[in-house]
Amino acid sequence: MKFKPLEILTHIILILGVLLMVLPIWFSFATSTHDNVSIMTEGMKFFLGESFSQNYNEVLNEKGGWSEEVTAARMFVNSFIMALGIATLKVVISAMSAYALVYFRFKLAVPIFWLIFITLLVPLEVRIFPSYKIVSDLGLTNTYTGLILPLVASATATFFFRQFYKTIPDELLESAKLDGANSWRFFIDFLLPLSKTMLAAMFIFMFVYGYSQYLWPLIMTTDEKYWTVVMGMKIIFTENYEGVALPRTGERFAYIILSMLPPVLVVVILQRWFIKGLIQTEK
Amino acid sequence: MVYQRINSNRKINMSFLELQNITKIYPNGTKAVNETSLNIDNGEFVVFVGPSGCGKSTLLRMIAGLEDITNGEISLDGNVINNIDPSERDVAMVFQNYALYPHMSVFNNMAYGLKNRGISKEEINNKVNDVAKLLEIDQLLTRKPSMLSGGQRQRVAMGRAIVRNPKIFLFDEPLSNLDAKLRNQMRLEIKRLQRQMGVTSIFVTHDQTEAMTLGDRIVVINNGIVEQVGTPKEIYSKPNTKFVAEFIGSPQMNLFNCKIENGIAHIADMRINLNNSANIDDASLGIRPDDILISDNGQHTCVANLVEYLGSDMIIYSKIGDQEFSCKLSSKINLNAGDTFKFDISNTLVHLFDNTNGSRV
Repeated sequence: MKFKPLEILTHIILILGVLLMVLPIWFSFATSTHDNVSIMTEGMKFFLGESFSQNYNEVLNEKGGWSEEVTAARMFVNSFIMALGIATLKVVISAMSAYALVYFRFKLAVPIFWLIFITLLVPLEVRIFPSYKIVSDLGLTNTYTGLILPLVASATATFFFRQFYKTIPDELLESAKLDGANSWRFFIDFLLPLSKTMLAAMFIFMFVYGYSQYLWPLIMTTDEKYWTVVMGMKIIFTENYEGVALPRTGERFAYIILSMLPPVLVVVILQRWFIKGLIQTEK
Repeated sequence: MVYQRINSNRKINMSFLELQNITKIYPNGTKAVNETSLNIDNGEFVVFVGPSGCGKSTLLRMIAGLEDITNGEISLDGNVINNIDPSERDVAMVFQNYALYPHMSVFNNMAYGLKNRGISKEEINNKVNDVAKLLEIDQLLTRKPSMLSGGQRQRVAMGRAIVRNPKIFLFDEPLSNLDAKLRNQMRLEIKRLQRQMGVTSIFVTHDQTEAMTLGDRIVVINNGIVEQVGTPKEIYSKPNTKFVAEFIGSPQMNLFNCKIENGIAHIADMRINLNNSANIDDASLGIRPDDILISDNGQHTCVANLVEYLGSDMIIYSKIGDQEFSCKLSSKINLNAGDTFKFDISNTLVHLFDNTNGSRV
């Protein structure tokens, strides 16, 4: 096989890009398999070491936190539940609200859409105190509901679904109506399957968004049982570091590697839909 | 045939579909359909024909329930259906772009309406397979619409309508996306299927050839008003208005502006005796291009400005005074552009219209 100069150049650029993305992760992973002494004395590692099982075992099972009760495994579960809840509800709610905005032609549809859109200007960080007040008045602090609920409305996703629904020809709706489909059936039998790619993409984005929340869980949770991975990154394995002990760098790298897994899994699982949708244009 | 509708329990003395003074005014004030009344019998094939934007599709969509009715009443099979949801009307529609469900296989496209009616899986299977065989698409049942050709999509769209066994078929210009050859073929097929199943059908088109060949009756619509209702033959041989005269027939009917005094039409310096006693200042005298009789001892003489050769026929374009006209004749006659020719206009073959209101005299 012969390559043209342009192809070689583009491949070099692509390979450089891949290395730029992958190398830091590889360094982190390699370092996470060494013991703390060698990391302390020799710095970051490129080759694998021998402390893999010890480090990862400690990370998952050691009880940390001030009360010494929460484990990293627990935090992974918490983060997963939170991200899953946020992503699922965000996708469901925005798909449905976009459906209402596009297909139920009530008078205020356009103003309401812009009202939703304006909320993009008011992210959670801006409204964090009022949001906290409401959630705590409802008695939802230290609950999964409290972690998830204030984050489930999404103007971005509503916007994308709305734009997508607008491209679906009217005849499809009319034909479905004549075939006896009511509004609910049209949503389930037509819009959802047609927007499969969109759903997968939105789910991925929203999962990562939910997973990487930091400020909200930090304020919301006083009970360590509800700590999330991102919070833990700041707190865990640092509490014993008081000048004399070795910093537990190996475990912390192991923690970082593990914390990357759930989003990666979501992407890997959903990308099949994603690519399928890209190959078959079904319109 | 399994798909024959059972009509025995229908009331015989009233028409199957009745439109009474139907008016449609869009929110922006456009009047799309104006005071239209029409009766359609069971099993009849009716074609709505008219130029684009004349309201024929709107009328069809009102029957389907996809468009609100501003005024008037539609009743189907004895029941007023004005406020009945389209899904409950038991009508099936074939759309111009087919509106096949892109994410469903051909089978599911056809089965969807049946599923919504709660019909058992086995029965759905049988029905879909029967109709697929009838339309020769039984090999395609597992395919997605994106993998079908235009003609096949058309068949699936038809199949989807047929399998439901509805009270009435509505066709909204279903042939306009096909190439000429396929269009003729599908036209025949639609006609054959409709005959075979005997389901009342309404077909909307802007193509007068389609209208003439398909319809038991034709409804000519212009500007939201029904100009004429009749069999293809009636409409062709006795157009009620100037509009119908021009719209139906190819090539178009020649219409000469003229003055009529005591039954004599004055077209420039030509005189035609109409053999009546009409006196109209501003009239149109119509004659179809193939009704102009060319013969060596004809009364009138003209110069052929342009000759169009069409194989078996040819069309000659000429002028009387400053009014252009065409005549169609067998191409066996030897006539070239620039030649003069003689012809007669028989007063039994002319159509006379009053220009003040466009109606037939």
